[in-house]
Amino acid sequence: MDLILPDFGLLVWTGLVFSLLLFLLAKFAWKPILSAVNAREQKIAEALELAEKTKAEMQALKAENDQILKTARAERDGILKEAKEAANGMVEEAKTKAKEEAAKIVEAARQNISSEKAAAMADLKNHVAALSLEIAEKVIRQELSADDKQKALADKLATEIKMN
Amino acid sequence: MQQAGRLTSLLQYILFALSFLVFQPVARASEEGNFNVGEMIMHHIKDAHEWHVAGPEHGGISVYLPVIIYDNGLKVFSSKHFYHGLEVEVPGKDGAKYTYMEGVGPAKGYALYHEEIYKLEQIGNYHGQPVSVLEFHGEHPHNASPLDLSITKNVASLLMGSFLILIIMLSVARFYRKNGAVAPKGAAKFLEPLIVMVRDDIAKANIDHHKYHKYVPYLLTIFFFIWINNMLGLIPIIPAGANLTGNITITLFLAFCTLLVTVFSGNKNYWGHIFWMPGIPVPMKIFMIPIELIGILTKPFALMIRLFANITAGHIIVLALISIIFINKNVAWAGLSVPMALFISVLEILVAFLQGFLFAMLSALFIGAAVEEAHH
Repeated sequence: MDLILPDFGLLVWTGLVFSLLLFLLAKFAWKPILSAVNAREQKIAEALELAEKTKAEMQALKAENDQILKTARAERDGILKEAKEAANGMVEEAKTKAKEEAAKIVEAARQNISSEKAAAMADLKNHVAALSLEIAEKVIRQELSADDKQKALADKLATEIKMN
Repeated sequence: MQQAGRLTSLLQYILFALSFLVFQPVARASEEGNFNVGEMIMHHIKDAHEWHVAGPEHGGISVYLPVIIYDNGLKVFSSKHFYHGLEVEVPGKDGAKYTYMEGVGPAKGYALYHEEIYKLEQIGNYHGQPVSVLEFHGEHPHNASPLDLSITKNVASLLMGSFLILIIMLSVARFYRKNGAVAPKGAAKFLEPLIVMVRDDIAKANIDHHKYHKYVPYLLTIFFFIWINNMLGLIPIIPAGANLTGNITITLFLAFCTLLVTVFSGNKNYWGHIFWMPGIPVPMKIFMIPIELIGILTKPFALMIRLFANITAGHIIVLALISIIFINKNVAWAGLSVPMALFISVLEILVAFLQGFLFAMLSALFIGAAVEEAHH
């Protein structure tokens, strides 16, 4: 029976020792231990958060870099294209100029030729005229060598004029 | 890896000690002739004013603990004055004979019967000398007892166990104080998961998130006090091996602490549920009041009985199994009794932890119910 009956002396000692133990442990053991564990947990949580943040930042940075690279590439392509266009333009221009020049030269040559031709023609005309005059002089001289002939000619000329 | 190995070898040592040293009290009892299993076991699981180490009941190796009694002034003396006193046999009223130890020297005037101290009563004179005896009416002496505040076996065990817990926890606390918030090492590495378990799985899981902090130190103390003292109880030699957590006084006190914490933490919602249970008709509300009031007491009462019965039963089973050898008076029975006792001892290591965990867990549950806010 006394197995299940509490003993007063033991109860007093238990109360004393347990209360003291609770007080000492709470003040000198649980408080520093729990605060250290909490601090570490917080530190770990913060570190994880920071890692996550850094990862996101890295990703953003990478995306930005990619963007920059992409723009640079586009810019380079643009510049190349422009340069090519410019080169092509220059070539084209040169060609056009050359053509124009050639055309000018040809035109000049043609004008030259035609003027030369005209000059030659004029010359020839003059020459022919001179020759004709000479011939006409000679003919007229012969015609006018006799009076009758002179008269006949005058008549003939007169008729011609009249007829005109 | 090395630490794990060290732990394993420590465990092996404990198991080895358990399987051999457990013979001690049993072997001692059987040397005295008539072997009474029940008496031997009861003697072991109950409190005593001495701490028996080896040898026969009287005259063996024993640590005599101080007796402190208050009877018209404080009296302090060694329990040796009882155990080495006069063995007196008196007849009871029912004809049976009762044997008790009469104190000598500073213990004069007192007698020890079944580890209880009684005041002797003078019944007459014999050759001019006063004759004082214990008078038995049935099983128990009729005499008065002085206020006994002795350092009994359980008190000594309580002091040593508490001191051990204090040393361990303060060393862990020192580690954190010195190193700050770093990864734990040594004892801290082993104990931190348990401390975090009590905080998270016991306190946080059962008590409101904003209020649990206040109760963590109490729950931690309860858990480690029960667990470490349970483990010490499993080591069958001085300075361990007392049936401390299997003593009703200890479990009564621990359960009473939980009762106090629960009652003083109870909020309006908690008391409202006890005195005016919402959601049921008025006659039922009145009917529920006494039931709920009894419920306040039955919860810690169950805590008290559970721990007491589990630990005491563990001690009884191990001793009873070892007793098989001495009942049969044949060492060959060790082939049966030792493996069985070993199995139970290993199981008791689990029970030691489980009972500490359960006590703290249920305490947290009761506190949690007391501080819960209305949510309907």
